[in-house]
Amino acid sequence: MTQPQSTGPRTLFEKIWHSHAVVEREDGQTLLYIDRHLVHDGSARAFEVLAERGLKVARPDRTFAVPDHYVPTTGTRSADAIADDDARNLVKSLTRNAAAHGFTLFDLGDVRQGIVHVMGPEQGISQPGMMIVCGDSHTSTHGAMGAYACGIGASQVGHVLATQTLWQRKPRTLRITIDGTLGPGISGKDIILAVIAKIGAAGGVGHTIEYAGSAIRALSVEGRLTVCNMSIEAGARAGLVAPDDTTYQYLAGRPYAPKGAQWEQALAYWKTLPSDSGATFDREVSLDGAAIAPMVTWGNSPEDAAPITGRVPDPSVFDNAERRDAVRRALDYMGLTPGTPLSDVAVDRVFIGSCTNSRLDDLRAAAVVAKGRKVAAGVNAMVVPGSELIRQAAEAEGLDGIFRAAGFEWRAAGCSMCVGVNGDLVAAGQRCASTSNRNFVGRQGQGARTHLVSPAMAAAAAVTGRFTDVRQLLAN
Amino acid sequence: MQAFKNLDAVAVPIARPNVDTDQIVPARYLRKPRKLGFGDYLFRDLRLDKDGRERDFVLNKPAYRDAKILVAERNFGCGSSRESAVYALWDYGFRAVIAPSFGDIFFGNSFMNGLLLVVLPEADVAALIAAHEAKPGAHMQVDLAAQTVTGADGKTYRFDIDAYRKRCLLEGLDELAFTLSQRDAIAAFEQKHAAATPWM
Ligand code: SF4
Repeated sequence: MTQPQSTGPRTLFEKIWHSHAVVEREDGQTLLYIDRHLVHDGSARAFEVLAERGLKVARPDRTFAVPDHYVPTTGTRSADAIADDDARNLVKSLTRNAAAHGFTLFDLGDVRQGIVHVMGPEQGISQPGMMIVCGDSHTSTHGAMGAYACGIGASQVGHVLATQTLWQRKPRTLRITIDGTLGPGISGKDIILAVIAKIGAAGGVGHTIEYAGSAIRALSVEGRLTVCNMSIEAGARAGLVAPDDTTYQYLAGRPYAPKGAQWEQALAYWKTLPSDSGATFDREVSLDGAAIAPMVTWGNSPEDAAPITGRVPDPSVFDNAERRDAVRRALDYMGLTPGTPLSDVAVDRVFIGSCTNSRLDDLRAAAVVAKGRKVAAGVNAMVVPGSELIRQAAEAEGLDGIFRAAGFEWRAAGCSMCVGVNGDLVAAGQRCASTSNRNFVGRQGQGARTHLVSPAMAAAAAVTGRFTDVRQLLAN
Repeated sequence: MQAFKNLDAVAVPIARPNVDTDQIVPARYLRKPRKLGFGDYLFRDLRLDKDGRERDFVLNKPAYRDAKILVAERNFGCGSSRESAVYALWDYGFRAVIAPSFGDIFFGNSFMNGLLLVVLPEADVAALIAAHEAKPGAHMQVDLAAQTVTGADGKTYRFDIDAYRKRCLLEGLDELAFTLSQRDAIAAFEQKHAAATPWM
């Protein structure tokens, strides 16, 4: 393992890592101090571990919780309204644990409730230079704020609750530079799908990715959150974007962002964080942003992504046997014929939501396409905002009206059809254009066929009934 | 956590890459209490169809039923952080998984629960998969102290493992107890950190 020089140019990641290292163990693992621990309704097991050992939450002031996975997106928004006993118990146990341990909870019914990875940045809880963890793999999202943010498992959640620290082996660094100007209708989602198609679903294993280049700098914070969100789908431990004026403007005035003199102090510190010129990365990859087309996945791994102008691949073109088998299995599951133009593939369902693409920018991009059009006959389309605050903001600017008039369902905030554990499922054999992050077998329901796309592409699929190059709709 | 004991057991090959934790345990079972056991949910939708009938999946083959060792291709355990994926493997009876690479979070989760993950080069794993596909039900030996795996091909492969992880597995030690013994260092760090970044 390459050890960084303690002097000399350092990367953003190295600066954060070193400022959070408490001790190092003989085997080279480092005990890292955690600034923000985010908790959701799937974290119940960790509290059991704590109770079994008679331990308390070490730093309730650094712990923030929100129910998102098991919450209903229609009807009454309270835990009591959840029909499934196990799911109701999970949501209720979060409320109980918040009261018992004294950490902050944005419970169902609170306007700040939403998907944990939407809530963190929105509340200003996730800030540059922080070490952030959450018992959910898409914690990589928060890296868009210039933080080092990692998903962890239930035992590790218990460990962080009890000690506010986590053991980690230092990952290697990978810089992905995307220069050039994105074309119209191209978003952060298309960037990250193009990245994963290039480096593979295991392409980032053992690494932390820093996204750089003019195309990344030009993205809004929302777009960067989408990119960092799917770092885990490339196998990376985390994804980061250096903080800049876009980040500071986004954070200023948010409820948990620093204020007054502390803001000035924080800002001065944040400005020291970007990777020094001359800092070296273990690996470098670059992409031409101008060449990125709207992307669609056709298989059961996020690496199975292609431009909308492409076709369903023929398994026999892949050079290794393992990959050919995987592609054959995927096409069989997905009900796709090799050689079919992706734009000929018809959809049954459309889901606009998830921690990848449920922010105001995402909803606006979808609404531009939906406006004045109708959801195609036989297609069921729904929009699930990432937080109740986003839902309110979208309603204030009339987006709900645009979606409703077009025939989309307009729901309340939660993970919803991204994973379906609240009951929002895609039926077996149905094909879904989804703005979420995983097209795994059965992810949106047993036998469900998921295609990952951007919000604009999802809206385009909804109104045409098949995958459609959104650039054609934007041109009219 | 249970201490790891050397294995001399059936090894089952799952010859596919990118086996995600959604496959290992489907999301609809995550809400279940840990104490009821997750073994039945392991690879549920690969093992059984919608009506509960067995599919053509390697774990259903009689020769592999008592497998305690799983051999897989690259990026095993990628995707969701669900620790239930480890509970399902463990409760079903698996004690070791061998692959060229693993999902990062799954890797940590496994060691936290006493499940040994062995990383071997792609070519070695391919040889083991071929050997155990050719001889269904053949045993494999895993010796953690010696850091070796011996497959049905009769070859012994040496693997690397973190010294600390090895000790924890061999002695059944858990990380939290060790960290709690570092409380003073954490408290000292906390003070320094709070002084340097008061807004955090
Ligand atoms: S929206 Fe999907 S990926 Fe994101 S936290 Fe919820 S279930 Fe996980």
